[in-house]
Amino acid sequence: MSALLEARSVGKRFGGLDALMQVSLGIERGEIYGLIGPNGAGKTTLFNVLTGLYRPDEGEFLFDGAPLPVGEPHRVAAAGIARTFQNIRLFANMSAVENVMVGRHVRTRTGVIGAVLRDSGSRAEERAIHARSLELLEYVGLAGRRDESARNLSYGDQRRLEIARALATEPRLLALDEPAAGMNATETASLRGLLEAIRADGVTVLLIEHDVKLVMGLCDRVAVLDYGRKIAEGPPARVQRDPTVIEAYLGGALHA
Amino acid sequence: MSAVDFEILLQQILNGLVLGSVYALVALGYTMVYGVLGLINFAHGEVVMIGALSTLSAARLLQSVLPGLPGPIVLLLSTLAAIPVCMALGYTIERVAYRPLRFAPRLAPLITAIGVSILLQNIAMVVWGRSYHSFPAYVSTEPFQVFGATMTPVQVVIIVVAMAIMAGLMFLVHRTKLGRAMRATAENQSVAGLMGVNINAIISITFVIGSALAAVAGVMVAANYSIAHYYMGFVLGLKAFTAAVLGGIGNLGGAVAGGLLLGLIESLGAGYIGDLTGGFMGSNYQDVFAFFVLIMVLVFRPSGLMGERVAERA
Repeated sequence: MSALLEARSVGKRFGGLDALMQVSLGIERGEIYGLIGPNGAGKTTLFNVLTGLYRPDEGEFLFDGAPLPVGEPHRVAAAGIARTFQNIRLFANMSAVENVMVGRHVRTRTGVIGAVLRDSGSRAEERAIHARSLELLEYVGLAGRRDESARNLSYGDQRRLEIARALATEPRLLALDEPAAGMNATETASLRGLLEAIRADGVTVLLIEHDVKLVMGLCDRVAVLDYGRKIAEGPPARVQRDPTVIEAYLGGALHA
Repeated sequence: MSAVDFEILLQQILNGLVLGSVYALVALGYTMVYGVLGLINFAHGEVVMIGALSTLSAARLLQSVLPGLPGPIVLLLSTLAAIPVCMALGYTIERVAYRPLRFAPRLAPLITAIGVSILLQNIAMVVWGRSYHSFPAYVSTEPFQVFGATMTPVQVVIIVVAMAIMAGLMFLVHRTKLGRAMRATAENQSVAGLMGVNINAIISITFVIGSALAAVAGVMVAANYSIAHYYMGFVLGLKAFTAAVLGGIGNLGGAVAGGLLLGLIESLGAGYIGDLTGGFMGSNYQDVFAFFVLIMVLVFRPSGLMGERVAERA
C-alpha cells in the first residue's frame, strides 16, 4: 500500500531564502507523523505549501496516489486535508458552533438559491450541519461552550475549536501546527488523549510540535527539518539520538 | 411642551425615520462590501440612481402597454424589473473593476471606485438625459394625519418595506449557510477558503445583494420626492456612506442604526436649527448635518458606534 501523503522534492524560495529544499517524505495511513526542527526550519512553510496557501517552486505532493491541486486551498480541503494554525485563526466574532459549521462547507451542497429559498432539502442539510457540528464540539470537549464567541474562549479551548473545525471538513489527513503551544501540562495531556482518539477514528495526523515529550510519546515517526532541509526521519527514539539532529538543535542553541 | 410643539417634534421624527430607512438600505450595501473586501465602493450611490431610473423607464413602458394597471402594481412590477438590472450591474462592477485589483494597493480600487461612479453617472446622463424626471405617484402621496403629524402612504410603505428587507437580510446573514460563509469570508478570507468557501462567489453575491437593496432604495427616494435624475445617487451615496461609518463600517446592525440615526439627526437638525440660531440658519442646512456627523465620527470615534474591530484574531 502506498503512502497516504508523499512529498516529492518540494522546494520553496522567498527571495534569496530557501525556505524548503528538496524535501521528500511519506506519511503512512493511520500514523501520527511528527515534524520537528528549530524555529525557522521551514515546518510551517511546508504546511502552507501543502494546504495550497503557497505555491511550491518545485516538487509536488501526492495524496492517496494523486497529485494535490496547487495553490487552491478549497480543493486541497475537498481532497481531504485539513489544518490548524500556529497563530490561531478562528472566526473570532462567530460562535464556537458556527466556526465548526463553516468547516462543513466543503462537504455540503446547498448553493445560493437553496440558502435563499430554504427548500426542504437545504433545511434538512442545515439541520445535519448543525447536528454534526455539535457532535464535533462534544468530541473535542467544548459542548458546553457552543454559543460562546470564539474570541471569548480560553487559549486551550481555541486550539480545540480549531481542531473541531478542521475535523468538520472530514479530513483523511489532519495537519496540526503546534497544537500544544501555550498549553499547560494538564491541557497538553488532554490534547494528547484527543489526538490519540482522532487517530483511532482513522484520521492520519501530521504534527508540528516543539513539546519534545509530546512528540516522543505520541508520534510513530518524526522528520527533522533544519534550514529547509530534511536532515533525519524515523522513529522518535532513533531520531533523538541522531548526531545530525543533536548538532542542529545544539548548534542552533549555541548561535542563539 | 405644547401640543403644537409635540406635533412638530413627531413630524420631524417621522420624516427622519423615512429618510433613515433609505439611508440604512444603502448603507448596508457599503458596509457589506467593506466587510468582505475592505473596499469603499463609491459607485454604490450610482447603483441607487440606476435603480430609480430603470424603474421609471420600466413603469413608463408598462403603462404604455397596459394603461389601466393600478399604480401600486405598476410600481411593484417595475421595481422587480429594476432589481435584476442593478444586481447585474453590481456583479459587473465587481467583476470588471475590482476583482483585477484584489491584491493591488488599497488606493487603487478606491480610485477605481470613484472612476466607476463618474462613468455610471455619465452613462445614465446619456441614457436618461440631463433633465429631472418627475416620478409619478404610483403609490398615493395624499397625506393623512397621525397624532397631528402628516404622513403619506408612500412614507408608510417605505418604512415597512425597508424594515422587512433589513429583517430578511439579518436572517440571511445570521441564520443561513450563505450568511455564515459571508461572515467567515469577512473575518478571514484565506481560512474561509481553506474550509471550502468559494471566496469569489461570496464576494460576487455580496455585491449582488447590496445592489438589490440599492435598487429598492432608489425607488423609495424617487417615490418620496417624486423626482429622479442622473445625479441623485451622489449625495445620497455620500450620506449612506456616512451612516455606515457612523454605525461602524463592516457592521450590519451598525449600518441600520447609523442610517436611522443619521435620518433623525438630519430631520431634527433641519427642523430646529432655525429656532436654535434665532433664524440665522434655516432648513437648507440639512445636508451640512450629515457631513458634520461624518467629521465628528472620524475625529472622535473612527470605529463608529458599534465599533467593529479593524484587524483582530481570536
